[in-house]
Amino acid sequence: MSCNCCKGMITEDPRFAELDAFIASAKSTPGSLISVLHKAQHLFGFLPEEVLQHIAAGLQIPPAEVYGVVTFYNYFSTEPVGRFPISVCMGTACYVQGADRVLAKIESELGIKTGQVTDDGLFSLVSCRCVGACGLAPVITIGGEVHGKLTEHDVPKLLAEIRQQAIADGLVEAPVQEPVAAGSDK
Amino acid sequence: MINLTIDRKQVQVESGTTVLEAARSMGVNIPTLCYLKNINKIGACRMCLVEVKGARGLQTSCTTPCTEGMEVTTNNTAVRAARKLVLELLLSDHNMECPTCVRAGNCELLQLSQEHGVSGIRYEGEKHAAHCDCDSPSLSIDSSKCVLCQRCVAVCREVQGVSAISLVGRGFESAVTPFWKTSIDAAACALCGQCTLVCPTGALTEKDDTEKVWAALMDPTKHVIVQTAPATRVAIGEMFGMPHGAIATGQMVAAIRSLGFDRVFDTNFSADLTIMEEASELVSRLQNGGPLPLITSCSPGWVKYAEHFFPDQLDHLSSCKSPQQMFGAIAKTYYAEKQGIDPKDIVSVSIMPCTAKKFEAARDEMNASGYQDVDYVLTTRELGRMIKQAGLNLAKLRPEEYDVPLGIGTGAGQIFGTTGGVMEAAMRTAAAWLGGTDMPRLTFQEVRGEVAGIREATVVINGNVFFLAIANGLAAAGRIMEKIKAGDTRYHFVEIMGCPGGCIGGGGQPIPSEGPDALEEVRLARIKSMYAIDEAQTIRRSHENPAIQELYREFLGAPLSHKSHELLHTHYHGRGPAGVRKAAAASGVKK
Repeated sequence: MSCNCCKGMITEDPRFAELDAFIASAKSTPGSLISVLHKAQHLFGFLPEEVLQHIAAGLQIPPAEVYGVVTFYNYFSTEPVGRFPISVCMGTACYVQGADRVLAKIESELGIKTGQVTDDGLFSLVSCRCVGACGLAPVITIGGEVHGKLTEHDVPKLLAEIRQQAIADGLVEAPVQEPVAAGSDK
Repeated sequence: MINLTIDRKQVQVESGTTVLEAARSMGVNIPTLCYLKNINKIGACRMCLVEVKGARGLQTSCTTPCTEGMEVTTNNTAVRAARKLVLELLLSDHNMECPTCVRAGNCELLQLSQEHGVSGIRYEGEKHAAHCDCDSPSLSIDSSKCVLCQRCVAVCREVQGVSAISLVGRGFESAVTPFWKTSIDAAACALCGQCTLVCPTGALTEKDDTEKVWAALMDPTKHVIVQTAPATRVAIGEMFGMPHGAIATGQMVAAIRSLGFDRVFDTNFSADLTIMEEASELVSRLQNGGPLPLITSCSPGWVKYAEHFFPDQLDHLSSCKSPQQMFGAIAKTYYAEKQGIDPKDIVSVSIMPCTAKKFEAARDEMNASGYQDVDYVLTTRELGRMIKQAGLNLAKLRPEEYDVPLGIGTGAGQIFGTTGGVMEAAMRTAAAWLGGTDMPRLTFQEVRGEVAGIREATVVINGNVFFLAIANGLAAAGRIMEKIKAGDTRYHFVEIMGCPGGCIGGGGQPIPSEGPDALEEVRLARIKSMYAIDEAQTIRRSHENPAIQELYREFLGAPLSHKSHELLHTHYHGRGPAGVRKAAAASGVKK
């Protein structure tokens, strides 16, 4: 089994050293796998095959068991995420305030489905259960920042602003197609 | 002690006993699909639901401990309806190709459905598509027949210490798969097949090679020979209504001959050959300071495990091929020459209690004869199916004898198939070779045993002290290897067999019709029969086998000769992906 998911992500990557230090400190605590996975996802953005094998060896937990835990929790991702991961809260409060419409609008604006990443790697999209900000319902988080009291009409402008800033920062190239402009929504 | 009533009958049980165990002890057989005695108690399948007075809702009896004064009802309208509902829901997403499934005859799901009167399935919904992981030469995994009971996961983790598979995903997406959803062929799996013994359905099975063997048998241009492993003869009878451990050597030979094999030979012959080479290797390592302990390498599941998990310790493994592969190499050289048959026309089949043997036969190293030494490997179960297909009732056949010369084996070769047997066979020959008395010892009770785990023994032969260890089951193998890796050099010789009880408990053996909880008892019955066969033999030391003596005289010369090395010895190599053993603190049986 060769690792194709993270070409170039060799163990000289300084993030592995940081992960190793964390594993060393957590190893003696029973049940530390979850916290190690959190750390790894924070470091790498997602949990590629090589990282999981590294964690398995470090914690002396068979890789299949580690993989079982990773795939059980929605929070952990084995797929790459975008530079700005979008998480749409589908908790009860957000849902009744129209989170499903917000999600559908994001999907159509970005041309991706839940669980996917945009081709330019800028955005990825997941839905989640309650972020704990029900007073702001419906809520989404983009790159860890909370955006509350949204309607589907706010979505295009919000995404366009982030994209324009990213282009200005040189994070991505300007898209070939017409950039999504505010007000394109009727 | 705790007093409770089950179905209005008083019963007294030890503290800690579950309701399921208490009920079964009094003859009330609560149905289960996921429970495995001492190994898996997770309440996953919901078949074992019972009513406990005062409790909210029905309880899973496999996870409910008995308490004082408890009143349990195992059979009423609510319980029956709940169990039937569980079965209907399981069947609503089950690939019901029952007539073409190898487990149709002993499928626990099918049996329970019939017992519970499931006559139709009220639920229709999304179904998993048939998906077969058939890449491995040993195992087939069809997830569309999986009921997610996780017995396989528990056996792989607790009994074998391998954890090649795990429950992955959640909800409808749940599946039992290796790491990163690879094929089992690409996983750190020993291919021991213990999972196939506990699977309640046809989700986990041996790779079926019977059609290939039928084709060879029907080809008039082929000379089809067969070898039968020591442990097959004490198990095959179980598929034909004979008691557990029934000795069916002669009937098995008769049945195999009826199938159309040209010669019926015995792996006991090449087990004797293995002893000649391996005992010589032990002496040579002791005299020349070779790596000690010497560790046996007859068990291909153990060898593959070592290649994944202990790649830096492989020089401990005996370079001797397993009896199956020694037989294969000798059959297509010595036997072919002796009979004047072109080895390209020989089809060499073996009947093994083992799924990993299929993998072993397909290893790149195993073509010393210039051809693949063993062409096809059938498990005991596959042989049983072929015998049934031929319309033969094994139990009623008149016993027949093996063919000569490769069908001649000794009692020492016979006990190869049980834990401690290879060690005892080696000690018998060592005792004779090292001399000191006219009547060298024949039995070595100290290396015998039945309980899965590690046994240690010290044997003194004419002033030579041997520190020995025997491990059966891969979890035990892992523990002893950790000691050896850490520099424990007390042992001279270590026997490791990959399956609990040795080959008699192999992953290719018949599955008890009573379900997997009978496995322990079945293994004990088979072990008893293995020693009974040995005791009835006139020749019980490998070096006294006249066919082996002739083989060395006519062909090989002496043990460890150039020719022996060419044909009978091999090498091992580290294998990816690297296996990770669970840290000692994190392991232990889940209660």
